[in-house]
Amino acid sequence: MPKSKSAYSSPSIKQKSDTYIFVVWVDNEAGVLARVVGLFSGRGYNIESLAVAEIDAIKNISRITIVTTGTPQVIDQIRLQLTKLVPVHKVAEFKRDDKDVIFKEMALFKIVGKKNKIEKCLNACKKFNPVVLDETKSSAVIQITALRREIDKMSKKLKPLGLISTSRTGAVAMTRGAKIFN
Amino acid sequence: MPKLLTGAEIVFKCLEDQKVNHIFGYPGGAVLPIYDELKNHPSIKHILVRHEQGAGHAAEGYARSSGKPGVVLVTSGPGATNVVTALTDAYMDSVPMVCISGQVPTHLIGTDAFQECDTTGITRPCTKHNWLVKDINDLSDVMHEAFKVATTGRPGPVLIDIPKDIQFAKAKYKKPKKEKSLNGKSHNKFSADEIDQLINLISKAKKPIIYSGGGVINSGPKASEALRKFVELTGFPITSTLQGLGAYPGDDNQFLGMLGMHGTYEANNAMHDCDLLINIGARFDDRITGKIDEFSPNSKKVHIDIDPSSINKIIKVDLAILGDVTKVIDKVNKTIVKKKNGNGKSNKPNIAKWWEQIQKWRSKDSLNFINSEDSIKPQHAVQRLYELTKNKDTYVTTEVGQHQMWAAQHYKFNKPNRWMTSGGLGTMGYGLPAAVGVQVAHPEKLVIDIAGEASVLMTMQEMSTAVQYNLPIKIFILNNQYMGMVRQWQELLHEKNYSESYSEALPDFMKMADAYGCKGIKADNPLELDEKIQEMVDHNGPVIFDCHVDPNENCFPMIPSGKPHNQMILGPNDQEENKIKGKGKALV
Repeated sequence: MPKSKSAYSSPSIKQKSDTYIFVVWVDNEAGVLARVVGLFSGRGYNIESLAVAEIDAIKNISRITIVTTGTPQVIDQIRLQLTKLVPVHKVAEFKRDDKDVIFKEMALFKIVGKKNKIEKCLNACKKFNPVVLDETKSSAVIQITALRREIDKMSKKLKPLGLISTSRTGAVAMTRGAKIFN
Repeated sequence: MPKLLTGAEIVFKCLEDQKVNHIFGYPGGAVLPIYDELKNHPSIKHILVRHEQGAGHAAEGYARSSGKPGVVLVTSGPGATNVVTALTDAYMDSVPMVCISGQVPTHLIGTDAFQECDTTGITRPCTKHNWLVKDINDLSDVMHEAFKVATTGRPGPVLIDIPKDIQFAKAKYKKPKKEKSLNGKSHNKFSADEIDQLINLISKAKKPIIYSGGGVINSGPKASEALRKFVELTGFPITSTLQGLGAYPGDDNQFLGMLGMHGTYEANNAMHDCDLLINIGARFDDRITGKIDEFSPNSKKVHIDIDPSSINKIIKVDLAILGDVTKVIDKVNKTIVKKKNGNGKSNKPNIAKWWEQIQKWRSKDSLNFINSEDSIKPQHAVQRLYELTKNKDTYVTTEVGQHQMWAAQHYKFNKPNRWMTSGGLGTMGYGLPAAVGVQVAHPEKLVIDIAGEASVLMTMQEMSTAVQYNLPIKIFILNNQYMGMVRQWQELLHEKNYSESYSEALPDFMKMADAYGCKGIKADNPLELDEKIQEMVDHNGPVIFDCHVDPNENCFPMIPSGKPHNQMILGPNDQEENKIKGKGKALV
């Protein structure tokens, strides 16, 4: 029997990881983002994307949307640990493939090239509400809103058509219908 | 118009309204205004430590032994970084503590000013919450909220960072609000249905065990009373974590001793074989569970805890009851008594066989050791210390290592708040300053730090504090010249390569006692041990007791790493027996 030399037990079999979206309502105060992000880094959880902004200027509430992966047990821990933070008001969490929830990301593409190439780009983006934010003779900045994987796909597709720079936000989420989170 | 107070005055107003009597601290440039104000507040006594870590641990000892939050006052920069170990320790062991740190003036924050550091940044992961007060008008509210956060729910440390200009600035003082909602975080969320489910499990159990932890201590003396009644009503065996010792009487027959890595054979085997495990205020720490996949494989698991994030963190449980231990157990007791016929005492015949099995395990006498007439065995020293102090209301602190485990195994605690040890973080150097804090909270009681010579040297300077305030703490050093637990692991797992675990040049503790101005006692002969312990106990003043013990003694029983509870290594008596029978080696 091989002897373990560690004072700690060896890891047990890992469960399957899934992607989840957390929506966190927090007091908009100094350090609150550091607390939330520190909780993830300190406990070894992943952050795939993060979006945060104030949503209620009177009550000083910000809404943080975090996309993360983890086993059900880890996801549970993340929710419970987030809830424990003093500036956190409430936490909602759902799976990425939840049909009752919409989530969107925004991307800005800078295309450099001739008019016809830019036209082609716009065409390719048609499904994702493309808006031209800036246009010169040899360039354009196009904004689209879509899902993460769609944006991944588009940025691949636009590369040969003159895409030289991409900027994208983290996902934001909203429930469908009249109900709200929690 | 109401009177305007300076920030420093507001700090003390808040401390007075929070009924703080003692603060542990060390002055420095960025807290001078607060120190200047100290003289105007005679109800608050300041204990000057010799190092900020000592202030933190003293506050922990104070809090753990009294149930009140410990208060620490330190300066910016190094003052704050020195207290980080104590904050982390308090966070791991859920000790209520309020740390006030000075900070450079607001306009210098972020400029690498003299003695500046990002205190709130550094302490964010080791506090329940922290605040940097940038507006004098926030100070009263922040102070009051800090006490609330530190003491409610699962207790823990908080830190308030106050820039020097804020300490001078003036504002109105605000009294604590009666009810301040912590974002709607209420703590007793259990339902009558959950209590009924627990009662149902209790009535069906044939092999039950109660596993209690530090949560019972944190819930207050009433929790211990409720727990004792619960154990009496059910007739169940009970084991305890390191932090939970004292919640249930250590010399009671239903108590199986501590469980876990250095727990008793009966406690660990009962945990492994039970069919109902009731966790009361413990957190399934890895020193308790051993190998998680094989932890108590056949039991229904119930977890009573105030902290929702403790539930299912490590061990999946079948029934979780969220709430304060006192409230939950009181409710359970009442329900058991009310249902006269259902269960309660009538359940005891069900578990008679289980008790027989436990007695068999008990007969192994797993805490045994081979005593000697030539050298003092450390276990023997702790046993003698216990026998000679058990009739006094004694408070015991420890450092970290073998001596800590021997103290936990051989010193029997009958009351809560009598046992202060660094469990979660395992901070060597905790015990001496903690003893200072305990003695400040209980000036008339006997306070002993059961120490190791390596640990105690880490915070030895606090002896000077003890002498200054005439705190008659007794430092009982089990001196084996090794970092004993390190040496033990090296012996068992690293082929006796005792890499750097031997202290070549230890100080003469007798001379050290002399230098500090306290009494020194040295013992190396088992025959005179009792007499010398008695001399220590009788001495009215701080004592350093240098007890020379067998350097090669190991701490048994022990669950080797990564092994389940039923594969313990037992002590030398048993190893000898197994050798003769030619089996049992597999256990090693």
